[in-house]
Amino acid sequence: MSHSSAATVSEKSLWDGGASPMGASYGKLMMWFFLLSDAFTFSGLLITYGLVRASHPAFEGLPDAFVFSTEYWPVPEKVFEAVPFLHGYSLPLVFVGIMTFILIMSSVTMVLAVEAGHRMDRKAVEKWMLWTIIGGLTFLGCQAWEWTYFIVGTDTPTIVKDFVNGQWITKEVTGASLKINQYGPQPFADFFFFITGFHGFHVFSGVMFNFLIYYNTVTGVYERRGHYEMVEKVGLYWHFVDLVWVFVFTFFYLV
Amino acid sequence: MAHHSEESQVTVLPPDKEKIKKLWTVAGILGAVTAVEFVIAFTMSHGSAKTAIFVILTIVKAGYIVGEFMHLRYEVKVLFWAILIPTLFIIWMLVAFVYEGMQMPVF
Repeated sequence: MSHSSAATVSEKSLWDGGASPMGASYGKLMMWFFLLSDAFTFSGLLITYGLVRASHPAFEGLPDAFVFSTEYWPVPEKVFEAVPFLHGYSLPLVFVGIMTFILIMSSVTMVLAVEAGHRMDRKAVEKWMLWTIIGGLTFLGCQAWEWTYFIVGTDTPTIVKDFVNGQWITKEVTGASLKINQYGPQPFADFFFFITGFHGFHVFSGVMFNFLIYYNTVTGVYERRGHYEMVEKVGLYWHFVDLVWVFVFTFFYLV
Repeated sequence: MAHHSEESQVTVLPPDKEKIKKLWTVAGILGAVTAVEFVIAFTMSHGSAKTAIFVILTIVKAGYIVGEFMHLRYEVKVLFWAILIPTLFIIWMLVAFVYEGMQMPVF
């Protein structure tokens, strides 16, 4: 069984790799810098969204008069107003709000797992990791539903201009894909799939990591190792996923 | 899995009530800020003032997540700044690209 450096740092070996730079273990530092680079990736996506959106005209009329059109960028709260089991009701941003709440809660259960790990409380780590996994899976389920709804579309179609065989034609469109989009200009749908998809994939990987940690906790790997630092490292990743969602929520759904 | 003798020697400390209470307070703040964002989304008309409020509230939330949940506030100073300073480039990128977007209308 390999012993991690963090637990067995001796103060003497300052220049022999004994002491960690910046007061954090190698693994934790690398996680921090990976997350910094990942932050740049997400910034690239969100800022490109900002660029493309700024180059399209905004909808100028009153909110109630809003209809889907490829002539202007859609108002997000008019696009995302569906909630499962409540078909036909206009509930703008409610479902996204629920998703945000789920992700924040799973972040809380993750810190509680880290806190339990500091106390070597295996039972509590197991409990909180399981809640975190459930939160992540629930979020993914919500996202699957949201994507399905976005792809299938609303009850009434939108007239969309499309370039087919060298000429512009108009046709009725419901739903959206990477090729055609009923909600507004084509890039709107493309960014929806890319940004929420890339974030969703991070959540998916996070759930996988969390499960691995849960498994190792249950089998007593960390107890034998003498510390639960792996819970902290994966916790950093999981909080980052929550952090990115906070930005996606603001810049994709609210603004 | 068989229990080793060393496993039984693990001393489990009692929960740190104060710390846990603080974590729930942070969670409460995050929830409250999100609720405020919701209220603003449906009471203010679209414009740069609304966007500015959203950006500020988002940074507040990000600060709590990174500072408290990710524990960055309590790390050593050099790590704190090593993570924070590079994000300044993101602000530069944001300003430059959105400005660029406004200069190149599609229609």
